[in-house]
Amino acid sequence: MSNRAFAAIAFAVAIAIAAASQLIGNEYFFVAAYTVLQFVILATAWNILGGYTGYVNFGSASFFAVGAYTSVALYNAFKAPLPVVIVAGTVTAGLVGLGVGYLTLRLRGVFFAIATLALSVVLYTFVVNWDYVGGARGAYIILPREGPFGLSRYIHLLYIAMVLMAAFALVIARAIETSTLGRGLAAIRDDELAAECSGVPTLRLKIFSTMVSCALMGMAGTTLPYFISYIEPSSAFSLSYAVNSIAMPLIGGMMSWMGPLIGAVLLGSVQQLVQVTVSSAWNLLIVGVLLVLFVTLAPNGIMGWVYAWRRRKER
Amino acid sequence: MRQPAGDPRRFRFDPMEITPALILNAVIAGLLIGGFYAAVSVGVSISFGMLDVVNIAHPAFILVGSYIAYIVNDRFGFDPILVSLVVSPLFFALGLGIYRVYYVCFERRGQESLRGLAFFFGILFITEVALVLIFGVDYRTASTAYTDTTLRLGGIDFPLRLVVPFAVSMAMVAGLQVFFTHTFFGRAVLAVAQDQLALRLMGVDPVRIKGLAFALSIATASVAGAFLIVIQPVQPSIGREYIGLVFAVCVLGGMGSIWGTLIGALVLGVAESFTSTFVGPSWAPAVSFGLLLATLAFRPSGILGR
Repeated sequence: MSNRAFAAIAFAVAIAIAAASQLIGNEYFFVAAYTVLQFVILATAWNILGGYTGYVNFGSASFFAVGAYTSVALYNAFKAPLPVVIVAGTVTAGLVGLGVGYLTLRLRGVFFAIATLALSVVLYTFVVNWDYVGGARGAYIILPREGPFGLSRYIHLLYIAMVLMAAFALVIARAIETSTLGRGLAAIRDDELAAECSGVPTLRLKIFSTMVSCALMGMAGTTLPYFISYIEPSSAFSLSYAVNSIAMPLIGGMMSWMGPLIGAVLLGSVQQLVQVTVSSAWNLLIVGVLLVLFVTLAPNGIMGWVYAWRRRKER
Repeated sequence: MRQPAGDPRRFRFDPMEITPALILNAVIAGLLIGGFYAAVSVGVSISFGMLDVVNIAHPAFILVGSYIAYIVNDRFGFDPILVSLVVSPLFFALGLGIYRVYYVCFERRGQESLRGLAFFFGILFITEVALVLIFGVDYRTASTAYTDTTLRLGGIDFPLRLVVPFAVSMAMVAGLQVFFTHTFFGRAVLAVAQDQLALRLMGVDPVRIKGLAFALSIATASVAGAFLIVIQPVQPSIGREYIGLVFAVCVLGGMGSIWGTLIGALVLGVAESFTSTFVGPSWAPAVSFGLLLATLAFRPSGILGR
C-alpha cells in the first residue's frame, strides 16, 4: 500500500471514528478515549526512535510537557487558537529534541538515554522557576463549556483533535518505516558500525528520527492544558508518561507501526478500567510489572507472537 | 507577575554581601555533600563504569536502603548507618539475583542496549510505586544522636548530619579503591572491564566475576540510602532526582575510576552548593545536568578517564 493510500485510509477511519463517537451519550467515554489516544501518539512517537533506531528515550514526559507548556505560554500571551498552539508545541518539542540529540547522539546510545533522563529533571526545574506559566503553583486555562462547530462540549473538540493527531502520527511512523530512511534506521539498530561503513549517514539519520519522535511527543502534549484545565509541573512531567510510552511499544511489538498502536490501546484501556475500579497507584504498578514481564519473557511483544504464529502456519 | 515578599525563590544575593566566610561556607558545605554524592555514585561507577551494566535503577535501591534504615530506626532507635552496614549482605544477595536475570535475559542475547535499559527502568518504576503503596508520599526522617548538632570552627559550620556520612563515605570509597587495586578479585573485576575474552582465556569466568561485582555495587546502595535519610527527609519519588546526578558524577570523573568518581562527586557538590547559595536553591537540580551535558560534549572521557 502506498503512503498516500494509507494516509487517506487512516484519516478516513479517524473521521469515521470521530463522527460515530458523537452518538455516544456518556461524557466519560471522551475523557477515557482522549487519554488512550494520547498514549497512542506517545507510544508511536517513542517507537520511531526506540523501535526503528534502537535508541532509548526516557524523557517522553519532558517532551510531552514541552508541548503542554508551549500551549500555556501561548495561551497566556495572546489566547492563541488551538491549531496554532498544536503546531507551535510540536515545533518547540522537535527543536529541544534536535538540541539534545545533537549534543549526545555522537556518543554511545546509553549516553543519550541518560541525558534524556536528566533532561526531565532540568526541564522540570526550569518550569518550576518560570512564573509566566504558573511556576510550581500551576496555571489555569478557562475554557468555554461548549465547543465550536455545534459541538455540545469542549472536550468533544479536543477528542476530535486527538483522533486526527493520532492518525497523523501513525501515518508519519508508517511512512518512515517503509522508506529508505526507515531501512537506514533499521541498519543503525542492527549494527551501527556496519551501517556507518556501508555509507549510511548514521548521525544525520539518528538526529532526524530523534527530532521527529520528540516533535510528535510534544504534539501529544499540546492539548493537555485544555484537557485538564489546571496544569502544574508534576502532573505534566509525570513519570507515568515516560514509563507508558516505553511499556506500550515493548508490549505491542517494536518492529512495525502496529505494535505501539496495539500496545497503547490494550494497556491504555486496561489502565482506564483499573483506575476507575481500583486506584491509580495500583494501575501504575501494573504497567511497571507488565513492562518487566514482557521485556524479560516476550521481548518481541504481541506482534512477535503474531509473526511466530504466521511463520508456523507457513511451514 | 507579582511575588510575595517572603518567597524564597526570589531570594538573591546582593553582590556586596559576598564575603570570604560565605564563600568558604559554601565550599565546605559542597565538599561535605559531595562526600555523600560519592557514596551514591560509587555503585554506578562499578556497575556502569566497570561492568557496562547500565543500572539506572540504582537510586531506587538507595531509597529501599533509606526506608529499611527508617523502619529500624523508627521501631528500635538504632543508628541508620549501622543498620545499613548490617543489612548490606541482603542487598548483595539481591544484586546477585538481579544480575542473574539481567545476564540470562539480556546480556547473553546481546539485547542489553535497549531491552536491558527498559528492564532497569521498569524496576525503578515498580520500586517507586511499591514504596508509595507501602509508605505513602509523606516525608520520613530518621533521628540520631548527631542529627541536630552543628560544630562551628572559625565561623564555618560543620553540621554533624553531613560530617558523619562524609567520613563514612570517604572510608567506604577508599576501601573500595584498595579492594579493586590490591586484591585478586578486585583486579579480576578491572580485567573484566578491559577485556572479557582475555579473562576467559585465563580460565576465569567473567560472568561470575561480573555478578559478584554487581552485587557489591548494590550493597553500597544500602549504605548510601542510610546517608540519604540522615541528611534529608525521604519520599519515594526523590530517587529520580539522583539518576542524573549519579551518571553525571560517573561521566565527569571518568568511567570506572573510583578516585575519579570521588573527584567528580566533590566537584558537583561544590558546584551545586555555589548555585544554591548565589542563584537560588531551586536551580540546584539543573547543575548536574549542565555538568553532564558539558562533559559529554567537551570531554566524554571525564577528568580521570583514559
